[in-house]
Order: sequence, then structure tokens, then C-alpha cells
Amino acid sequence: MNNLLSIITFIPAVAAAILALFLRGDDPAAQRNAKWLALLATSATFLVSLFVLAGFDPADTGFQFVEEYDWILGLKYKLGVDGISVLFVMLTTFLMPITIAACWGVETRVKEYMIAFLMLETLMLGVFCALDMVLFYVFFEAGLIPMFLIIGIWGGKERIYAAFKFFLYTFLGSVLMLVAMIAMYADAGTTDIPQLLAHSFGSDDMTVAGFHIVGGLQTLLFLAFFASFAVKMPMWPVHTWLPDAHVQAPTAGSVVLAAILLKMGGYGFLRFSLPMFPVASDLLAPLVFWMSAIAIVYTSLVALAQQDMKKLIAYSSVAHMGYVTMGIFAANQQGVEGAIFQMLSHGFISGALFLCVGVIYDRMHTREIDAYGGLVNRMPAYAMIFMFFTMANVGLPGTSGFIGEFLTLMGIFQVNTWVAAVATTGVILSAAYALWLYRRVVMGALVKEALKSITDMTRREKAIFAPLVVMTLLLGVYPSLVTDVTGPSVAALITDYQAALPVADATQLASQ
Amino acid sequence: MATIILFAPLIGALICGFGWRFLGEKTGQIIATALVFLGAALSWAIFLTHDGVTQQIVLMRWIESGSLSTEWAIRLDRLTAIMLVVVNSVSALVHLYSFGYMAHDDNWGPGESYRARFFAYLSFFTFAMLMLVTSDNLVQMFFGWEGVGVASYLLIGFYYKKPSANAAAIKAFVVNRVGDFGFALGIFALFFLTDSIRFDDVFAAAPELAQTNLTFLWGEWNAANLIGVLLFIGAMGKSAQLFLHTWLPDAMEGPTPVSALIHAATMVTAGVFLVCRMSPLYEFAPDAKTMIVVLGATTAFFAATVGLVQNDIKRVIAYSTCSQLGYMFVAAGVGVYSVAMFHLFTHAFFKAMLFLGAGSVIHATHHEQDMRNYGGLRKKIPLTFAAMMIGTLAITGVGIPLTHFGFAGFLSKDAVIESAYVGSSYAFWLLVVAAAFTSFYSWRLMFMTFYGESRAHGHGHGHGHDAHGHDDHGHGHHEPHESPAVMLIPLGVLALGAVFSGMVWYNSFFGDEAKMRAWFGMPAAVEHAAEGDEASAQTHSETTAEATATEEAAPEDHAVVTGAAPQGAIFLGPENHVIHAAHEAPKWVKVSPFIAMILGFALAFQMYIRRPDLPAKLAAQQRPLYLFLLNKWYFDELYDWIFVRPAKALGRFLWKRGDGDVIDGSINGIAMGIIPFFTRLASRAQSGYLFHYAFAMVLGIAALLTWMTLSGGAH
Repeated sequence: MNNLLSIITFIPAVAAAILALFLRGDDPAAQRNAKWLALLATSATFLVSLFVLAGFDPADTGFQFVEEYDWILGLKYKLGVDGISVLFVMLTTFLMPITIAACWGVETRVKEYMIAFLMLETLMLGVFCALDMVLFYVFFEAGLIPMFLIIGIWGGKERIYAAFKFFLYTFLGSVLMLVAMIAMYADAGTTDIPQLLAHSFGSDDMTVAGFHIVGGLQTLLFLAFFASFAVKMPMWPVHTWLPDAHVQAPTAGSVVLAAILLKMGGYGFLRFSLPMFPVASDLLAPLVFWMSAIAIVYTSLVALAQQDMKKLIAYSSVAHMGYVTMGIFAANQQGVEGAIFQMLSHGFISGALFLCVGVIYDRMHTREIDAYGGLVNRMPAYAMIFMFFTMANVGLPGTSGFIGEFLTLMGIFQVNTWVAAVATTGVILSAAYALWLYRRVVMGALVKEALKSITDMTRREKAIFAPLVVMTLLLGVYPSLVTDVTGPSVAALITDYQAALPVADATQLASQ
Repeated sequence: MATIILFAPLIGALICGFGWRFLGEKTGQIIATALVFLGAALSWAIFLTHDGVTQQIVLMRWIESGSLSTEWAIRLDRLTAIMLVVVNSVSALVHLYSFGYMAHDDNWGPGESYRARFFAYLSFFTFAMLMLVTSDNLVQMFFGWEGVGVASYLLIGFYYKKPSANAAAIKAFVVNRVGDFGFALGIFALFFLTDSIRFDDVFAAAPELAQTNLTFLWGEWNAANLIGVLLFIGAMGKSAQLFLHTWLPDAMEGPTPVSALIHAATMVTAGVFLVCRMSPLYEFAPDAKTMIVVLGATTAFFAATVGLVQNDIKRVIAYSTCSQLGYMFVAAGVGVYSVAMFHLFTHAFFKAMLFLGAGSVIHATHHEQDMRNYGGLRKKIPLTFAAMMIGTLAITGVGIPLTHFGFAGFLSKDAVIESAYVGSSYAFWLLVVAAAFTSFYSWRLMFMTFYGESRAHGHGHGHGHDAHGHDDHGHGHHEPHESPAVMLIPLGVLALGAVFSGMVWYNSFFGDEAKMRAWFGMPAAVEHAAEGDEASAQTHSETTAEATATEEAAPEDHAVVTGAAPQGAIFLGPENHVIHAAHEAPKWVKVSPFIAMILGFALAFQMYIRRPDLPAKLAAQQRPLYLFLLNKWYFDELYDWIFVRPAKALGRFLWKRGDGDVIDGSINGIAMGIIPFFTRLASRAQSGYLFHYAFAMVLGIAALLTWMTLSGGAH
């Protein structure tokens, strides 16, 4: 099975092609077929991806399942995974069947909807598997198109504004990243990611157009990539597209956006920024720390003020991603591993939270917090699941949310106690906004007339949440499932990173 | 055995919480209760047979990342054994009691089931609390710490239809999180310095921490003191010490059995337990200990003053709990951890009993909680009255001065006060005054509830106005009735504890130092005598010998760890002679709490039995002081003003101004200049921006490819 990665990457694309070519009509039967085919394809992808996980050797810190072919114009098509990326592949394949199941109720242009999600899965998997820079870029940028369609066609009232904003933010980042990639090719003479990882980019100070640039080429490249990844994360202050995008996106779109697409930014930092530009990373880490710490406090406070459930959860996502960036640039084992863990865990938890909103949105067609209250009286099962994920979101030990938060904070504490202290206030604020949301929506007496006939979750809905509950608990109680896989690769990453730093810097770090 | 104790309540919670639909509510409740009783029986077996030697039972791997390695593990020593008994006994009795108390509840309509949920929460709480006390490392302890927080949140907010209950639940959780903020930072700092969060490694490194400085925030700090303070901030939150105490009185919104279990006997003592558990660290952190003493004593005093004027029966007891926790912290802070545990132990019995007794009163009067509407209940509910009387005698510390014969509170509280006398005169005086207040408010509660004429219906409110705004329960006229046997049996069992637990274990905790050391598994006691120096030298050499002896056995993979962890459940530094000095305290010190108790009683008797008109007059005369106390020193108002409102306002400001105007404004502003250009360029494309985007990307890739082709590649 040398082509395992290609197989999982393209199963959804093939299914999308089948839908596009052979499925005719828009009657209920055709819609049902489209949904079932999509579910089948995504489930098959997940099952096949289990072989990747089973065959993956965590002790090997290099790339595994590598496949390499010539592509157009002398470019390479090269895939492979290591301890850092393999779990993101798993996250994607795991969540996609759930996402498809979550849009069972959609009735408009079902075929196209399914095609969009299937293409999206292929492109996302491509991002995590690509071992060629250009290939990565293609997947990375193209992945936005289906997401764009999902928001733009199946979204809410102001979808055009949201799409516009989305475009604005990502556009600038992409252009800069492209320029940086060209420069990297010029410097290293290759687009092969493993080779680029081994290449050391210049870090001598230089002067560009009268500006003295400390860290030279690395700094410039770092900043260019940073522009793209920071928007994708999203980091403060370029986060404002996310709440709007979430609010307008349909439920399943929000799930994918929060659970998987945001992780591309963090993955990018781990794949490119940290290992390829270590000097610049070290130089600019304080900037990232403070952006992260501000993000945590700022967006948590903003979340307190929200009236719209999805917006609130979106802001909470930004805060949680703050832990990720902070952990990555702490550049120690706990920090980086915690960041990866936090991304995976956030995938389950934020996905589930958006699904929770979806459950009641499907019933009442509003996301206004004030429109609800006292749901527990009629929806006990829903109340329980929502409670569970609210607690996971605030990082309750025993759920996966705790491990990521805890490890990243532990990592950052070793580097900068100020940032650690500011970021730790996030545990207070997150409890405040999350529980307050829960109180306003679920608790209290049921007085609103419109809610008096609301029904509890159906079996399908419960089935969608079940795997998410299991994963959140499992990873919270036995996180070694993740850290065993990521550990050696992260350790190697950090060793290389430390080695690449100037000697004075490295000893200073060691003495800390 | 410890594993069974630990997981029995979890299994009970799961069966009862999820299985009751199939098994029936009653069966679920019985299963949950039976499992906790099993745990309680086994706990007593461990408590009575434990030899003081620390055992560790590893269950499973937990968080592993680099040098951080955490396991799910049980640490079984004397501290754990004490807590097991306290937690499981009270929990088992509260489970039993709840059969009666929760049988009927006006908060629920017909057909609504709530009992199984209640029992499941109680059992879940028990599990989390056991996790906390059996933990072998700080992170697992944090798991239990947060777990009890959630259970507390769920149970305070159990009456989810009541807005006040929901608000109280959130407040409890968030205020606790403020404490957790400190706790978490303490753990991070410990890991940073010792490369481990296991107790054994941390304890072994403690002497070294005392020599280490750590840069934290704006300054350089002594590591041991800093960590001690950070961990204590966590303890303050959980144990409702001053500044982080505001959640505890509000937590009384929960059903009364919950107050007895969580907010009196077990969870709130977790902070005290933490300090005792970390005694090897605190022995090297003198400044942190001073802070504990000062805050503990101040809390004991503050809460007692507020307790003097409250009218809600549960709130009086809640402030009393807050105050008693202060006593425990003082004992721990002056370095007599065994006495802190002693008071924790006895307090669990008599305070749980007071709460359950109050619950019985509330049950009898159909959910009336305002003491101004009680009166003369003595004859109507005599058994409850007897139980409350025993509880009151215990908490006020009745006993024969200068002997070791008295109710549980007499022995443990006097031990605390004698220790405080040695450690800090500030603490000593505050505690003595607080003891007088304790006596006053406890007797006031008894007199208002059980004596005098019934003020049950139609009588105007006795004094002042009602600052709480209680909802008026529209109950019909019911005669108060005695509670059923399931509620009275737990009261009887706890009464045994309230009477005898002090006398039986006095020597083990405090009275006999040699016995205490053996009981806690510490190295055998040294002849203390007056020649303290010699003794300390001897102790010192002994511990060093111990250290070298076990050094080989200890894992040596941690750089900082040089010695081995000290033996035993608690650790007393070589310079710590407080317990010895406390035994030698002058007679007037030993008698002082008794005198304070008599004074408090006399005053209460004067004001509530002989001259019932006095309180109202006094309140009118000293109106500002009365209101100040009635409104709990205005802490809630103050916090609302400086934290809650600004946070909300800031959130709104950042959202509208920060996100809206500044960020979106500037970025959109810049973009507005560029975008129309593209729009015109691609205006013929049907769905606008999507195509701009794809177009731009394709252009980009094309440019990249062209450039690479032209430059010929480097392959």
C-alpha cells in the first residue's frame, strides 16, 4: 500500500466527481442518494485512514508513507506524514462523516453541497499530507474555494459581506506567502519540503530599502508566512473575519471551519515557520506571545458581550487558538505538544459546540441568545451534551480541553511568566462566558411561548455527538494516545530548532 | 481496596445517572447509596488499620510530554486515610438523608424526575473529592479540584428554574476559577523548577526551592514562598477564604444535603488539605505561612461578624463554616498541620450535622429558611432539636477546661487556639474573639429557632428590613412535623462523631506528639524537652540519615532532585516546635476560648431569651454597623463594581470599538480603495468575490510556475 495517502486524499474527490457526473435531478430520492454517497465516501476515507494510523511508526521522526511522482512543469507531487501531521489527517477523516451527517436536513442544492464538502475534504487532507511547497500552496489556497461556496450559497442573510471579508483577509496573506515561496525556491533551489527543512536560510542582518532587518531573509520569510497563517488561525488582530464567517456559515460549514480549517494555520507554523526560520521565530516569538495573550483576554471579554450564540463560540475559538500560537512559539516539548493537542481537542469541542447551536437553530431558526431560555425543561439530553462540551470548552480536567490548555501554559511559563500569567486569566474568563451562555440558553424556567413545543434531540443527532463525546473524554483521560504519536517528532523538531539558534541564544535558553 | 473506594461512587453515579430510566429512580438511588456506604465501610477499615507508611498505587498513564510525566495514581497515607473517612462517611450519610429530604420538592411539578439526577451528582461529587484526596501528584489533584467544582456548580444550580440558584452556581464556579488561576500557576512554577509534579519529587526538592530564586512577573522571588502563595490562592478559592469567599454564602441556594456535604464537610476543606499535603514545601516557605495565618485569622473573624446578624438559617451556618475554615488555616499556617486536620476532622461531623439539622428544620417548616419565622420548634421536632443542640455544643466548644474531656469542637478548636498563641498573637486574639462570636451566633440560631413563641405565620418581621428579598413561599398552614427516620439516623450517627471524635483522637492529632508522629508515619519523635537546640540537631541528623538511606531507592532521573521526599504524611521542619510549645501554653490561654464561649452564650441568652426586644433596638441604634454586617461588608457590591461591570463594559467596548471600528474600520478602509479596482476588473464574473479569489490564486500559481520554468529550476 504505497499510495495510502493518495487514496485517502482522493476518495472524496472521486465521490464528488461521481456525484457531479452521474447524479441527475433534485428530487428527494436524488438528494438522499447524494447524502448517502457522501457519507459512504467520507466513512470509507476514515476507515482507510485508520490503516495509516496503524502503520505509522511514532518512533520514526522522518516522513512516512512517502510517495513521489513527477507532476506538471517539473514540479513534484509528493505526499507523506510525520508525527506532527498524521493526527491532523486523522482529525479530518474522523470529523468529515460527522459533518456530512450533520447536514442531513439540508434541502437546497444538496448535490452541490455534498460536492463542496467532499472537495473540501480532499483539499484539507492534501494540505496536511503535501510534502512539496507548491503542492501545499495549491491545496492550502484551493481549500478556501469550497468553503467560500458553502458560506456564499448556503449561508445566512449577510453571507456576501462575510464572504467579502473572508476574501480580503486571506488575499493579502496568500500573496505574501506566494512571494516568500518564490524567494525560498530561489534560495534553496527546491520546493521539496524535507529538503527545505534541512536547508538553513540566511539569518544575517540585512538592509532592504533603507530598513535594517534583524534576522535578514529568515525574518522576511517568516513575516510573509506569518501573514497568511496568522489570518488563518486566526490571531488577534486579524481575527474579525472569523465571527462573521461563522455566523453566516451553515452549521456543517461552521463545524469544518472551526474544527479543521483553522488548524491549517497552526499546522503551517509547525511545518514552515518554526523549523525553517528558527532564528526569526526566536526573534519574533515575543510578538507572537503577546498577540496570543492579548487574543485570549481580548476575545474572551468580547465573548462575554455577545448576543449571538455562534459569534460567542467563534470568539471563544479565537481565544483557544491563542493558546496554540503561544504554545508553538514557546518552542519546548510541552508547548508544542500542547499546541497540537489543543488543536485536535478544539476540533472535537468547537465542532460539537457549533453542532449544539445547530440543533436548536434547526428547530427555532434563530441564534439569538435571548430567544432561548429554560431548554433543559424540554430537552434534557441536549442540556446534558451541551453541558459536557461547555465544560470541555472551559478546559475541565478529564476532558481533552484541559490537556492542551494546561500543556501550552506549562510550556509558556518556562519562557515568559508574564505571558503565562496573562494567558492563565483565560481560564477565569472562559468559565464566565461559557457558563453564562449556558445559563441563558438552557437554564431557567421555560417561559417563552415559542419554545414550549420544542423537541429533544433525535437519534440521528445523538449519534452525531456520540463519537465526539467519546473522543473528548478519551483524550482527556488517556492523552498518551496523542502524545505517544507526536512526542518523538516534536522532540526532533525542538532539537533541530535549538541547534539552529545562534550559540549565545541557545545557551541562554538552556540556562532558563 | 483503595481502588474500590475510589471508583465505587463513580460507578454509582453512572448507574444512577444513566441507568435510572431502565432501573427506576428508586433502584438507582439505592445503588448509588449502597456503593458509597461500601466505600465508607472500607474507608474506616483503612483508617483504623493504616500503619502510617505511604503507599502508592499506579492506575494508568496520564499526561506525558517530554519530561512531564503524570499518572493516575493513588497515594495512601494518613492524610488520605483521614480524608477518606471524612468524605465517605459524610457522603454516605448525606445520601441516606437525601432519601427523605428530596422525597418531595415544590420546585418540581408532578411527573418531573429529579431524584436520580440528584443522587448521581452527589455520587459524582464524592468520586471527584476522592480523586482529590487520594492523588499522588498535583495535576491529578487539580482534576479532583475542578471536578468537585463542577459537581458543586451542578448541585448549587440544582433548582435550575430559580434564577438565584443559577447565578449562585456560576458565581461559585467563576470565583473558584480565580483561585485555580493561582493554583495552576503554582503547578507551572513547580514543574519549571523541579521538572516534576509528583509529590515525592516536589517534596524532595523543597529544601532546594527555599534556596532558589525565581523571576516571576515584575520581581525576583524566593521560589518556595512564591509557590506556597500561589498554591494558597487556589486554596483560598476552594475554602472560601477572605476575598474569595463570596461564593460560599450564595452556594446555599443548593439543596441542604448539598450544603452539608460539599459546602461544610468536604469540598471547602480541600484548601486546608492542600496546605497540609504540601507541608514539606510550606515548612520551607515562612512568608507563605505568615500569609496563611493572617488571612485565615482575618477570615475567621470577618465571617463570624457577618454570621452574627444573618437571618437565613443556612447562611448563618455558611458563614460559620467560612469562619471555622479560617481556624484550620491558622493551624496549618503556624505549622501544626495535624491540628488543622484535627479541626477539619471534627468540624466535618458537627458542621454536617448542623446543616442536616437545619435541613430537618427546613423540611419540617416546609422550606422556610428565615429564622425570624421560626420559634418554639423545640417541642414540635424534639429529635432534630436534640441533634442541633449537640452540634451547637460541639461547635461552640463546650467541655471541661484544662481537661481533655468535652465535645469534639472543644478539643480541636482549643488545640488550634493554643497553637495560634505560639505562632502569632494577631491570630490568637482574632480567633478568641471569633470564638465568642461563634458562640453568640450559634446560640442565637438555637434560641431563634427552637425557643420562644412560634413566629411562623402572620407575624411581622422581627427587626430591620429584609435585605435579601426572600421569595415568599405561599405555603398553607402546616404544623411543623418531625422528619422521617432516614433523615434522623444520619443525624444520630453524626452526633456520635460530634461528641466523641475529639476525645478519641485527641492524642493522635495533637495531645501526644510521639503518638502523632507515629500516626502520621513521620520519623520517630525526638525528646523535645526544653533544650530545643539539641533536639533540633538530633531531628535534623535523623532526617538526613533517612534521606541518605532512601536516596538509592529514589529515581535519580531528575536533575534538581537531590534528596528524597521526607517520610510520612506531613512534614515538620527541624525548627518547628510549635506543637510542643502549644502544649506548654499558659493556663489562661487554654481557658480563654472557654471564657469566650461563655460570654457569647450569655450575650445570646440575654438578647434572645430574656430580652427579645433588645436585638431590634441594638440594630436601630447601631444602624450603620448593622447594615455593614448584614450586607456582608459589602463585598458583593464592591466586586460587582470593580470586576463584573467593568469586564462586561470592556467586552462590549472591545467588540464595538476595537473589533468594529479600529480593526474592521482600518482594514476595510484600506481594502475599499483596492477592491473596487478588482471588482471592476472581474465585474462580468457572476458570483463576485469568489471568482476574484480564484482568479488571484490562479494568477499567483501561474506566476510562480512561470518564474520557476524561466529560472530553469535547480534540480
